[in-house]
Amino acid sequence: MTNYIFWLYHVFREQILDIPGRVIALVFFILILLLPLITKEPIVLRIFTFAAIFAIYAASWDLLAGFTGQVNLGHALFFGASAYTVGLLSIHFHNLPPWFAVSAGSVAAVMLGLLAGLPALRLRGFYLSLVTLSFPVILSGFILLFHELTGGEVGLYGIRPLSNSRIIDYYIINLIMIFSVLVMWKLTDARSKIIRLGVILAAIREDEIAARASGIQTTKYKLLSFAISGFFGGVAGGIYAHFMRTVGPSVLEMTFSFEAILWTILGGMGTIYGSVTGVYILYLFVEFLRFHPIGEQIRFVLFAIIMILFLLFMPQGICVWVRHKIEIQCRRCKIINLVTRHYCRSCGAPLRLER
Amino acid sequence: MIELIIINGLVYGGVYAVLTLGFSLVFGVAKLLNLAYTAYYMICGFIIFVLATILGVDLIPSIIVAILITCLLGMISYEVCLARVKEHEVTVLIISVALAILFQELFLLIFGGDYRRIPPFVTGFLEIAGVRVTYQHFIAIGICLITLISVGLLLSKTKLGYAIRAVAQDREIANLMGINVDRVYILTMVISVALAGIACAVVSPIFMVHPLMWVHSLIIVLAAAVLGGLGSIRGSVIAAFILAFTEVAVVTLVPGGSFLRGAVSLGVMIVVLIVKPEGLFGIVFEEERL
Repeated sequence: MTNYIFWLYHVFREQILDIPGRVIALVFFILILLLPLITKEPIVLRIFTFAAIFAIYAASWDLLAGFTGQVNLGHALFFGASAYTVGLLSIHFHNLPPWFAVSAGSVAAVMLGLLAGLPALRLRGFYLSLVTLSFPVILSGFILLFHELTGGEVGLYGIRPLSNSRIIDYYIINLIMIFSVLVMWKLTDARSKIIRLGVILAAIREDEIAARASGIQTTKYKLLSFAISGFFGGVAGGIYAHFMRTVGPSVLEMTFSFEAILWTILGGMGTIYGSVTGVYILYLFVEFLRFHPIGEQIRFVLFAIIMILFLLFMPQGICVWVRHKIEIQCRRCKIINLVTRHYCRSCGAPLRLER
Repeated sequence: MIELIIINGLVYGGVYAVLTLGFSLVFGVAKLLNLAYTAYYMICGFIIFVLATILGVDLIPSIIVAILITCLLGMISYEVCLARVKEHEVTVLIISVALAILFQELFLLIFGGDYRRIPPFVTGFLEIAGVRVTYQHFIAIGICLITLISVGLLLSKTKLGYAIRAVAQDREIANLMGINVDRVYILTMVISVALAGIACAVVSPIFMVHPLMWVHSLIIVLAAAVLGGLGSIRGSVIAAFILAFTEVAVVTLVPGGSFLRGAVSLGVMIVVLIVKPEGLFGIVFEEERL
């Protein structure tokens, strides 16, 4: 028993405590979970809950665009389709438990993901981006057309809440967020020895023809990444519907698709944690500007200016920049070390070569 | 019914063609996918509105001034934002989105979300085959045709046109032949923004001016540019007319069709792309095909 605990501690230290980036992630997750103890202000909890939902959404965009290189400009399709599915299910079947509705919504989003992935088999680059851009527009056209069923401009309302209290909602959504983000991060980890998906997706992004020549079925993996991305986008949309308790056509808007992209770029593309960071910096910044009288009006102007400055001067994103400042990779064993170390913690090789 | 579709189709088609022309010119020459493009269309509308309606300047001078200011703005935003990152395609795309959102929010802040009307050049209408066509519609069709023809002449007959086409074909070789590529880029950008301004000047008396008007026109412009084959100027003009006629036909014939305006043109685009992935007139190099 003690041996087992000692082993667990050893793994924990080896895998988390010695890697600065992961320590930051751990501290961040703990702080997120402790927030309701610090403040019970409903508006603050509400903003943080939305941040968690959007973190899943932005990370799911990153999984598709940052790793597979399929720049999807219409990611709101997955979010919106799932939110509308959940809304319709919840309104017509009152006793349906939220977990079932959210899974149904995610399945719908996966189906749409596969459907949206079909053109991706034939189209590449700009063509693909522009075709994906059109899907949410088409869907919202149909939603407005069948307004008896979908509520048209007003949308669906009266969706049942996730639970009876805001605090429990907060914990459910944040735990889902932490779990989904960790799963997405592990799935796309190119250095993982167990899951090969990450390295395959990176290969497709870097050079599709070379990946094909190396025997990777690029078609299968592209569709797979559309499906996974659609699934997590769907999870985010589903819990959004249950949390907001209304769904309107705004979840399918073009700007909403672009927001996922902007958040991810700010944090750093091609790293799942980048999009989470981006959401928690930019979304919270824009939302808390609401409390300031001038800030309320100019918050989106500031949002756009910050984005332009970041794209011009730090195009790789905050996370990558910070990681280069605090982490250094051992040249011999490829293990990540704290930047203040002089010798690798695992193999003892010098980390910097003296000239 | 048919007459209505034809007249409206011609007006919309002309406007979309002028808009799409500028967009695919920039893409063809500089390989920049500038999504802020239709934001200039919106900006020009607002400047005309300020000059003509609020300050009371005559319509024609205010349109000319508005187009000049918009061109200047387009040039500045290209120099400040896009020129530095023009090698990174995705960054250009996203930065132009951020620019468009910036313009939209600035104009929302200044003018609010109201729909604004701009006085027409001339009032009155003519009745053709039972359809009332205002003179403004005739002027719109006429100016669009003149613009399309003069851009065609510019590209095929002038020295600048030769330079633009040379850069579009091969930037490095054009540079070796003594063409100042950076200047061609800026000039192309200015021409494209001016085209957006002209399109705005002819339609804003027919439609309304609104800070969010760039979104729908962006969808149409993208659909037309992709349908015609990215970078193919002839293709994008033909595609713009195809989309305009389909859109007008659906809005007129299908009940509730006005909700489907965007959806139909994008549906046409997707179907064509699935059959012919490079668009109607696009060129795909053999090694790029998968």
